[in-house]
Amino acid sequence: MGDQEKGTEPPAQSKEMSRRGFISWVATAWAFFAASAATGGIAMGRFFFPNVLTEPPSTFTVGFPDDFAIGAVDERFKEKYRVWIVRNEEGIYAIQTICTHLGCTPNWLEAENKFKCPCHGSGFYMSGINFEGPAPRPLERLRVTLADDGQVLVDKSRTFKFEAGQWEDPESFLELV
Amino acid sequence: MQKVTTFVTNLWEATTESQIWKAIFRHGAPTSNRNRVLVVMSNVFLHLHPVKSRKAGIKLRYTWCMGGITFFLFLVLTFTGLLLMFYYRPTVEYAYADIVDLREHVPLGIMRELHRWGAHAMVITVWLHMFRVFMTGSYKPPREFNWGVGVVLLVLTLLLSFTGYLLPWDQLAIWAITVGSNMARATPLVGHEGPLAAALRLGDISLVHAGNDARFILLGSRVVGDSTLLRFYVLHCVGLPLAAAFLMAVHFWRVRKDGGISGPM
Repeated sequence: MGDQEKGTEPPAQSKEMSRRGFISWVATAWAFFAASAATGGIAMGRFFFPNVLTEPPSTFTVGFPDDFAIGAVDERFKEKYRVWIVRNEEGIYAIQTICTHLGCTPNWLEAENKFKCPCHGSGFYMSGINFEGPAPRPLERLRVTLADDGQVLVDKSRTFKFEAGQWEDPESFLELV
Repeated sequence: MQKVTTFVTNLWEATTESQIWKAIFRHGAPTSNRNRVLVVMSNVFLHLHPVKSRKAGIKLRYTWCMGGITFFLFLVLTFTGLLLMFYYRPTVEYAYADIVDLREHVPLGIMRELHRWGAHAMVITVWLHMFRVFMTGSYKPPREFNWGVGVVLLVLTLLLSFTGYLLPWDQLAIWAITVGSNMARATPLVGHEGPLAAALRLGDISLVHAGNDARFILLGSRVVGDSTLLRFYVLHCVGLPLAAAFLMAVHFWRVRKDGGISGPM
Protein backbone atom coordinates (compact mmCIF):
# COMPACT_ATOMS: atom_id res chain seq x y z
CA MET A 1 0.00 0.00 0.00
CA GLY A 2 2.67 2.48 1.07
CA ASP A 3 4.83 1.94 -1.96
CA GLN A 4 2.09 2.74 -4.45
CA GLU A 5 1.26 6.06 -2.86
CA LYS A 6 4.71 7.50 -3.12
CA GLY A 7 4.35 7.29 -6.85
CA THR A 8 7.99 6.40 -7.24
CA GLU A 9 7.22 2.90 -8.37
CA PRO A 10 4.84 1.72 -11.04
CA PRO A 11 1.75 -0.17 -9.81
CA ALA A 12 2.91 -3.44 -8.38
CA GLN A 13 2.66 -6.16 -10.96
CA SER A 14 2.53 -9.53 -9.33
CA LYS A 15 4.68 -12.11 -10.96
CA GLU A 16 2.67 -14.99 -9.55
CA MET A 17 -0.89 -13.83 -10.08
CA SER A 18 -2.64 -11.96 -12.87
CA ARG A 19 -5.33 -9.37 -12.23
CA ARG A 20 -7.96 -11.77 -13.56
CA GLY A 21 -6.65 -14.56 -11.41
CA PHE A 22 -6.71 -12.37 -8.33
CA ILE A 23 -10.31 -11.32 -8.91
CA SER A 24 -11.47 -14.89 -9.39
CA TRP A 25 -9.69 -15.89 -6.17
CA VAL A 26 -11.39 -13.06 -4.29
CA ALA A 27 -14.76 -13.98 -5.81
CA THR A 28 -14.29 -17.62 -4.82
CA ALA A 29 -13.31 -16.62 -1.31
CA TRP A 30 -16.35 -14.36 -0.92
CA ALA A 31 -18.61 -17.08 -2.33
CA PHE A 32 -17.31 -19.55 0.25
CA PHE A 33 -17.66 -16.97 3.00
CA ALA A 34 -21.24 -16.18 1.96
CA ALA A 35 -22.11 -19.87 1.73
CA SER A 36 -20.73 -20.68 5.16
CA ALA A 37 -22.34 -17.59 6.66
CA ALA A 38 -25.69 -18.62 5.17
CA THR A 39 -25.30 -22.20 6.43
CA GLY A 40 -24.37 -20.94 9.86
CA GLY A 41 -27.28 -18.52 9.85
CA ILE A 42 -29.79 -21.21 8.94
CA ALA A 43 -28.36 -23.57 11.56
CA MET A 44 -28.53 -20.77 14.12
CA GLY A 45 -32.15 -20.06 13.31
CA ARG A 46 -32.95 -23.76 13.59
CA PHE A 47 -31.30 -23.76 17.04
CA PHE A 48 -34.31 -21.89 18.42
CA PHE A 49 -36.73 -24.66 17.46
CA PRO A 50 -35.95 -27.60 19.77
CA ASN A 51 -36.68 -31.16 18.72
CA VAL A 52 -38.38 -31.91 22.03
CA LEU A 53 -41.04 -29.72 23.63
CA THR A 54 -41.73 -29.68 27.35
CA GLU A 55 -45.16 -28.08 27.13
CA PRO A 56 -48.02 -29.98 28.86
CA PRO A 57 -49.91 -32.43 26.64
CA SER A 58 -53.00 -30.99 25.00
CA THR A 59 -54.93 -34.25 25.39
CA PHE A 60 -55.62 -36.04 28.66
CA THR A 61 -58.12 -38.52 30.10
CA VAL A 62 -60.30 -37.49 33.02
CA GLY A 63 -61.90 -40.85 34.01
CA PHE A 64 -64.85 -42.99 32.99
CA PRO A 65 -68.21 -41.42 32.09
CA ASP A 66 -69.82 -42.99 35.17
CA ASP A 67 -67.40 -41.08 37.42
CA PHE A 68 -69.33 -37.90 36.70
CA ALA A 69 -72.61 -37.18 38.45
CA ILE A 70 -75.49 -36.05 36.27
CA GLY A 71 -76.22 -32.35 36.59
CA ALA A 72 -72.93 -31.53 38.34
CA VAL A 73 -69.88 -29.50 37.42
CA ASP A 74 -66.67 -31.41 38.08
CA GLU A 75 -63.94 -29.08 39.35
CA ARG A 76 -61.19 -31.68 39.90
CA PHE A 77 -59.34 -30.75 36.72
CA LYS A 78 -59.67 -26.97 37.00
CA GLU A 79 -56.28 -26.38 38.60
CA LYS A 80 -54.27 -28.87 36.58
CA TYR A 81 -55.79 -28.57 33.12
CA ARG A 82 -57.98 -25.45 33.39
CA VAL A 83 -61.11 -27.30 32.38
CA TRP A 84 -64.53 -28.11 33.90
CA ILE A 85 -66.22 -31.40 33.03
CA VAL A 86 -70.01 -31.16 33.00
CA ARG A 87 -72.35 -34.16 32.81
CA ASN A 88 -76.03 -33.82 31.95
CA GLU A 89 -78.79 -36.27 30.93
CA GLU A 90 -77.53 -36.59 27.36
CA GLY A 91 -73.78 -36.67 27.83
CA ILE A 92 -70.57 -34.89 28.75
CA TYR A 93 -68.96 -31.64 27.67
CA ALA A 94 -65.78 -29.83 28.72
CA ILE A 95 -65.66 -26.06 29.35
CA GLN A 96 -62.47 -24.06 29.21
CA THR A 97 -62.02 -22.08 32.47
CA ILE A 98 -61.14 -18.84 30.69
CA CYS A 99 -63.58 -15.92 30.96
CA THR A 100 -64.44 -14.56 27.53
CA HIS A 101 -64.22 -11.02 28.85
CA LEU A 102 -60.54 -10.59 29.79
CA GLY A 103 -59.30 -14.09 30.46
CA CYS A 104 -59.70 -14.46 34.24
CA THR A 105 -60.66 -17.81 35.76
CA PRO A 106 -64.32 -17.85 36.87
CA ASN A 107 -65.61 -19.84 39.87
CA TRP A 108 -68.39 -22.41 39.85
CA LEU A 109 -70.97 -21.29 42.44
CA GLU A 110 -72.85 -24.43 43.39
CA ALA A 111 -75.56 -22.60 45.38
CA GLU A 112 -76.34 -20.14 42.59
CA ASN A 113 -75.89 -22.71 39.84
CA LYS A 114 -73.67 -20.49 37.73
CA PHE A 115 -70.06 -19.67 36.77
CA LYS A 116 -69.10 -16.28 38.18
CA CYS A 117 -65.98 -14.38 37.18
CA PRO A 118 -64.34 -12.64 40.18
CA CYS A 119 -62.73 -9.93 38.05
CA HIS A 120 -65.68 -8.09 36.54
CA GLY A 121 -68.70 -10.14 37.52
CA SER A 122 -69.48 -11.96 34.29
CA GLY A 123 -71.92 -14.83 34.84
CA PHE A 124 -72.44 -17.97 32.80
CA TYR A 125 -75.02 -20.77 33.00
CA MET A 126 -73.92 -24.35 33.49
CA SER A 127 -74.02 -24.68 29.69
CA GLY A 128 -71.35 -21.96 29.47
CA ILE A 129 -73.70 -19.35 27.98
CA ASN A 130 -73.22 -15.83 29.33
CA PHE A 131 -76.15 -14.00 30.93
CA GLU A 132 -74.70 -11.17 33.04
CA GLY A 133 -71.69 -8.92 33.27
CA PRO A 134 -69.38 -7.71 30.52
CA ALA A 135 -68.51 -11.08 28.93
CA PRO A 136 -69.44 -10.72 25.23
CA ARG A 137 -69.84 -14.42 24.40
CA PRO A 138 -70.22 -17.86 26.00
CA LEU A 139 -67.33 -19.85 27.46
CA GLU A 140 -65.60 -22.08 24.96
CA ARG A 141 -65.98 -25.85 24.95
CA LEU A 142 -63.24 -28.39 24.22
CA ARG A 143 -63.14 -31.53 22.16
CA VAL A 144 -64.37 -34.58 24.13
CA THR A 145 -64.22 -38.16 22.83
CA LEU A 146 -63.98 -41.63 24.29
CA ALA A 147 -60.48 -43.05 24.51
CA ASP A 148 -59.76 -46.68 23.58
CA ASP A 149 -59.93 -47.74 27.21
CA GLY A 150 -63.40 -46.19 27.61
CA GLN A 151 -62.25 -43.09 29.48
CA VAL A 152 -63.29 -39.56 28.57
CA LEU A 153 -60.55 -37.95 26.48
CA VAL A 154 -60.31 -34.12 26.45
CA ASP A 155 -58.38 -32.33 23.70
CA LYS A 156 -57.50 -28.73 24.53
CA SER A 157 -56.04 -28.02 21.12
CA ARG A 158 -59.53 -27.81 19.61
CA THR A 159 -62.08 -25.31 20.94
CA PHE A 160 -65.74 -24.88 20.03
CA LYS A 161 -67.45 -21.49 20.06
CA PHE A 162 -71.20 -21.30 20.55
CA GLU A 163 -71.57 -18.07 18.56
CA ALA A 164 -69.95 -19.75 15.57
CA GLY A 165 -72.43 -22.62 15.72
CA GLN A 166 -69.63 -25.02 16.64
CA TRP A 167 -71.50 -26.54 19.60
CA GLU A 168 -73.45 -28.50 17.00
CA ASP A 169 -70.23 -30.33 16.17
CA PRO A 170 -70.48 -33.92 17.48
CA GLU A 171 -66.96 -33.69 18.92
CA SER A 172 -67.90 -30.77 21.17
CA PHE A 173 -70.27 -33.02 23.11
CA LEU A 174 -69.84 -36.64 24.15
CA GLU A 175 -73.25 -38.26 23.76
CA LEU A 176 -73.94 -41.09 26.18
CA VAL A 177 -76.83 -43.45 25.44
CA MET B 1 -23.87 -4.00 -21.32
CA GLN B 2 -23.55 -0.22 -21.60
CA LYS B 3 -27.02 0.20 -20.14
CA VAL B 4 -26.25 -2.09 -17.23
CA THR B 5 -23.06 -0.21 -16.44
CA THR B 6 -24.90 3.13 -16.55
CA PHE B 7 -27.66 1.76 -14.33
CA VAL B 8 -25.20 0.43 -11.75
CA THR B 9 -23.27 3.70 -11.77
CA ASN B 10 -26.45 5.74 -11.32
CA LEU B 11 -27.67 3.45 -8.55
CA TRP B 12 -24.34 3.71 -6.75
CA GLU B 13 -24.37 7.49 -7.02
CA ALA B 14 -27.98 7.72 -5.84
CA THR B 15 -27.13 5.51 -2.86
CA THR B 16 -23.99 7.34 -1.81
CA GLU B 17 -25.66 10.74 -2.26
CA SER B 18 -28.62 9.76 -0.09
CA GLN B 19 -29.04 11.16 3.40
CA ILE B 20 -29.09 7.68 4.96
CA TRP B 21 -25.70 6.81 3.49
CA LYS B 22 -24.21 10.15 4.46
CA ALA B 23 -25.60 9.87 7.98
CA ILE B 24 -23.81 6.55 8.45
CA PHE B 25 -20.56 7.26 6.59
CA ARG B 26 -19.14 10.69 7.33
CA HIS B 27 -16.33 10.40 4.82
CA GLY B 28 -15.71 9.48 1.21
CA ALA B 29 -14.40 6.18 -0.15
CA PRO B 30 -11.00 5.21 1.32
CA THR B 31 -9.09 6.16 -1.80
CA SER B 32 -6.94 8.85 -0.20
CA ASN B 33 -4.73 8.68 2.89
CA ARG B 34 -7.01 11.17 4.67
CA ASN B 35 -10.11 9.07 4.02
CA ARG B 36 -8.32 5.87 5.04
CA VAL B 37 -7.53 7.48 8.38
CA LEU B 38 -11.14 8.70 8.70
CA VAL B 39 -12.46 5.17 8.09
CA VAL B 40 -10.62 3.94 11.18
CA MET B 41 -11.08 7.04 13.30
CA SER B 42 -14.81 7.47 12.75
CA ASN B 43 -15.75 3.84 13.35
CA VAL B 44 -16.42 2.85 16.94
CA PHE B 45 -15.19 -0.71 16.37
CA LEU B 46 -12.13 0.15 14.27
CA HIS B 47 -10.97 3.15 16.29
CA LEU B 48 -9.41 0.92 18.96
CA HIS B 49 -7.13 -0.29 16.20
CA PRO B 50 -4.19 1.82 15.05
CA VAL B 51 -4.65 3.80 11.87
CA LYS B 52 -1.36 2.50 10.57
CA SER B 53 0.41 -0.76 11.33
CA ARG B 54 4.06 -1.53 10.87
CA LYS B 55 4.74 -3.97 8.09
CA ALA B 56 6.49 -6.27 10.55
CA GLY B 57 3.56 -5.93 12.92
CA ILE B 58 1.21 -7.78 10.63
CA LYS B 59 3.71 -10.45 9.75
CA LEU B 60 2.25 -13.79 10.82
CA ARG B 61 5.71 -15.16 11.64
CA TYR B 62 6.22 -12.35 14.11
CA THR B 63 2.86 -12.09 15.94
CA TRP B 64 1.39 -15.53 15.18
CA CYS B 65 -1.86 -13.52 15.28
CA MET B 66 -2.29 -15.05 18.74
CA GLY B 67 -3.84 -11.96 20.32
CA GLY B 68 -6.24 -11.67 17.39
CA ILE B 69 -7.15 -15.36 17.56
CA THR B 70 -7.74 -15.04 21.31
CA PHE B 71 -10.08 -12.10 20.74
CA PHE B 72 -11.85 -14.00 17.96
CA LEU B 73 -12.32 -16.97 20.30
CA PHE B 74 -13.69 -14.63 22.97
CA LEU B 75 -16.29 -13.42 20.45
CA VAL B 76 -17.12 -17.02 19.47
CA LEU B 77 -17.50 -17.98 23.13
CA THR B 78 -19.68 -14.96 23.86
CA PHE B 79 -21.97 -15.81 20.97
CA THR B 80 -22.19 -19.57 21.53
CA GLY B 81 -22.54 -18.97 25.27
CA LEU B 82 -25.43 -16.60 24.62
CA LEU B 83 -27.15 -19.30 22.56
CA LEU B 84 -26.59 -21.90 25.29
CA MET B 85 -28.24 -19.60 27.82
CA PHE B 86 -31.52 -20.08 25.96
CA TYR B 87 -31.63 -23.71 27.07
CA TYR B 88 -29.48 -24.02 30.19
CA ARG B 89 -30.94 -23.54 33.69
CA PRO B 90 -28.39 -23.17 36.51
CA THR B 91 -30.10 -25.29 39.17
CA VAL B 92 -29.06 -28.61 40.63
CA GLU B 93 -32.32 -30.10 39.42
CA TYR B 94 -32.01 -29.11 35.76
CA ALA B 95 -28.38 -28.29 34.94
CA TYR B 96 -27.10 -31.74 33.95
CA ALA B 97 -30.33 -32.70 32.16
CA ASP B 98 -30.23 -29.45 30.18
CA ILE B 99 -26.64 -30.14 29.13
CA VAL B 100 -27.61 -33.60 27.87
CA ASP B 101 -30.70 -32.17 26.17
CA LEU B 102 -28.56 -29.57 24.43
CA ARG B 103 -26.87 -32.40 22.63
CA GLU B 104 -29.90 -34.55 21.87
CA HIS B 105 -33.05 -32.45 21.97
CA VAL B 106 -31.83 -29.26 20.35
CA PRO B 107 -30.76 -28.78 16.72
CA LEU B 108 -27.09 -27.96 16.18
CA GLY B 109 -26.13 -30.38 18.95
CA ILE B 110 -22.47 -29.38 18.74
CA MET B 111 -23.18 -25.90 20.14
CA ARG B 112 -22.03 -26.95 23.61
CA GLU B 113 -18.96 -28.62 22.17
CA LEU B 114 -18.15 -25.48 20.17
CA HIS B 115 -18.28 -23.54 23.43
CA ARG B 116 -16.13 -26.07 25.28
CA TRP B 117 -13.52 -26.53 22.55
CA GLY B 118 -13.42 -22.77 22.04
CA ALA B 119 -12.78 -22.33 25.76
CA HIS B 120 -9.92 -24.83 25.76
CA ALA B 121 -8.50 -23.18 22.63
CA MET B 122 -8.71 -19.72 24.20
CA VAL B 123 -6.71 -20.78 27.25
CA ILE B 124 -4.03 -22.18 24.90
CA THR B 125 -3.92 -19.13 22.63
CA VAL B 126 -3.72 -16.75 25.61
CA TRP B 127 -0.61 -18.59 26.83
CA LEU B 128 0.91 -18.60 23.33
CA HIS B 129 0.18 -14.88 22.97
CA MET B 130 1.91 -14.26 26.29
CA PHE B 131 4.84 -16.44 25.21
CA ARG B 132 5.18 -14.48 21.96
CA VAL B 133 5.04 -11.14 23.75
CA PHE B 134 7.69 -12.34 26.20
CA MET B 135 10.01 -13.76 23.57
CA THR B 136 9.85 -10.61 21.43
CA GLY B 137 10.48 -8.42 24.48
CA SER B 138 7.22 -6.59 23.91
CA TYR B 139 6.61 -6.29 27.65
CA LYS B 140 9.42 -3.75 28.00
CA PRO B 141 8.77 -0.01 28.48
CA PRO B 142 6.72 1.74 27.21
CA ARG B 143 4.52 -1.39 27.10
CA GLU B 144 4.95 -2.53 30.71
CA PHE B 145 1.47 -1.34 31.78
CA ASN B 146 -0.17 -3.28 28.96
CA TRP B 147 1.71 -6.39 30.06
CA GLY B 148 0.07 -5.95 33.45
CA VAL B 149 -3.37 -5.59 31.87
CA GLY B 150 -2.63 -8.74 29.89
CA VAL B 151 -1.75 -10.68 33.03
CA VAL B 152 -5.10 -9.70 34.58
CA LEU B 153 -6.81 -10.80 31.34
CA LEU B 154 -4.98 -14.13 31.60
CA VAL B 155 -6.33 -14.60 35.13
CA LEU B 156 -9.84 -13.66 33.95
CA THR B 157 -9.59 -16.22 31.14
CA LEU B 158 -8.59 -18.91 33.62
CA LEU B 159 -11.41 -17.90 35.97
CA LEU B 160 -13.89 -18.03 33.09
CA SER B 161 -12.61 -21.50 32.29
CA PHE B 162 -12.87 -22.52 35.96
CA THR B 163 -16.40 -21.17 36.49
CA GLY B 164 -17.62 -22.66 33.21
CA TYR B 165 -16.25 -26.03 34.23
CA LEU B 166 -18.86 -26.37 37.02
CA LEU B 167 -21.90 -25.62 34.89
CA PRO B 168 -22.47 -29.12 33.37
CA TRP B 169 -22.91 -30.30 36.98
CA ASP B 170 -21.52 -33.77 36.43
CA GLN B 171 -19.28 -35.59 38.93
CA LEU B 172 -16.15 -34.27 37.24
CA ALA B 173 -17.38 -30.69 37.60
CA ILE B 174 -18.55 -30.98 41.20
CA TRP B 175 -15.34 -32.54 42.49
CA ALA B 176 -13.08 -30.32 40.40
CA ILE B 177 -14.69 -27.25 41.95
CA THR B 178 -14.69 -28.86 45.40
CA VAL B 179 -10.96 -29.48 45.15
CA GLY B 180 -10.21 -26.20 43.38
CA SER B 181 -12.10 -24.05 45.85
CA ASN B 182 -10.44 -25.83 48.78
CA MET B 183 -7.39 -23.75 47.91
CA ALA B 184 -9.28 -20.72 49.16
CA ARG B 185 -9.26 -22.25 52.67
CA ALA B 186 -5.55 -21.49 52.82
CA THR B 187 -5.84 -17.80 51.89
CA PRO B 188 -3.87 -15.69 54.36
CA LEU B 189 -6.13 -13.90 56.86
CA VAL B 190 -9.44 -14.52 55.03
CA GLY B 191 -9.21 -18.31 54.63
CA HIS B 192 -10.14 -20.17 57.78
CA GLU B 193 -7.24 -22.60 57.48
CA GLY B 194 -4.82 -20.02 56.15
CA PRO B 195 -1.90 -18.33 57.90
CA LEU B 196 -2.80 -15.62 60.40
CA ALA B 197 -6.50 -16.53 60.30
CA ALA B 198 -6.22 -18.10 63.75
CA ALA B 199 -4.86 -14.83 65.07
CA LEU B 200 -8.08 -13.03 64.17
CA ARG B 201 -10.12 -13.79 67.24
CA LEU B 202 -11.96 -12.03 69.98
CA GLY B 203 -11.24 -14.00 73.11
CA ASP B 204 -12.57 -17.48 72.41
CA ILE B 205 -14.46 -16.49 69.25
CA SER B 206 -12.56 -16.81 65.96
CA LEU B 207 -13.57 -14.17 63.44
CA VAL B 208 -12.70 -16.24 60.36
CA HIS B 209 -14.40 -19.61 60.14
CA ALA B 210 -15.80 -21.95 57.46
CA GLY B 211 -19.04 -19.99 57.36
CA ASN B 212 -17.60 -16.60 56.42
CA ASP B 213 -14.18 -17.01 54.83
CA ALA B 214 -12.99 -16.55 51.22
CA ARG B 215 -14.13 -20.01 50.22
CA PHE B 216 -17.61 -19.35 51.55
CA ILE B 217 -17.89 -16.19 49.41
CA LEU B 218 -16.94 -18.24 46.32
CA LEU B 219 -19.32 -21.12 47.01
CA GLY B 220 -22.19 -19.35 48.73
CA SER B 221 -22.16 -22.22 51.23
CA ARG B 222 -19.78 -24.59 53.00
CA VAL B 223 -20.11 -27.24 50.28
CA VAL B 224 -20.49 -27.09 46.49
CA GLY B 225 -24.27 -26.92 45.97
CA ASP B 226 -27.15 -25.01 44.44
CA SER B 227 -25.86 -21.60 45.53
CA THR B 228 -22.41 -22.40 44.12
CA LEU B 229 -23.90 -23.27 40.75
CA LEU B 230 -25.82 -20.00 40.65
CA ARG B 231 -22.81 -17.93 41.76
CA PHE B 232 -20.52 -19.51 39.19
CA TYR B 233 -23.18 -19.11 36.49
CA VAL B 234 -23.62 -15.39 37.15
CA LEU B 235 -19.86 -14.88 37.30
CA HIS B 236 -19.34 -16.94 34.15
CA CYS B 237 -22.06 -15.30 32.05
CA VAL B 238 -22.04 -11.71 33.29
CA GLY B 239 -19.37 -10.68 35.79
CA LEU B 240 -16.18 -12.07 34.31
CA PRO B 241 -17.04 -11.44 30.61
CA LEU B 242 -17.88 -7.81 31.42
CA ALA B 243 -14.58 -7.37 33.24
CA ALA B 244 -12.72 -9.10 30.41
CA ALA B 245 -14.42 -6.97 27.72
CA PHE B 246 -13.59 -3.80 29.65
CA LEU B 247 -9.94 -4.75 30.05
CA MET B 248 -9.71 -5.90 26.43
CA ALA B 249 -10.79 -2.44 25.29
CA VAL B 250 -8.04 -0.95 27.48
CA HIS B 251 -5.57 -3.56 26.20
CA PHE B 252 -6.19 -2.86 22.50
CA TRP B 253 -6.25 0.88 23.03
CA ARG B 254 -2.95 0.76 24.89
CA VAL B 255 -1.34 -1.22 22.05
CA ARG B 256 -2.07 1.77 19.85
CA LYS B 257 -1.05 4.38 22.43
CA ASP B 258 2.20 2.61 23.24
CA GLY B 259 3.39 2.79 19.66
CA GLY B 260 1.58 -0.02 17.92
CA ILE B 261 2.60 -3.64 17.73
CA SER B 262 6.28 -3.85 18.62
CA GLY B 263 8.66 -4.49 15.75
CA PRO B 264 11.69 -6.77 15.58
CA MET B 265 14.74 -5.42 17.35
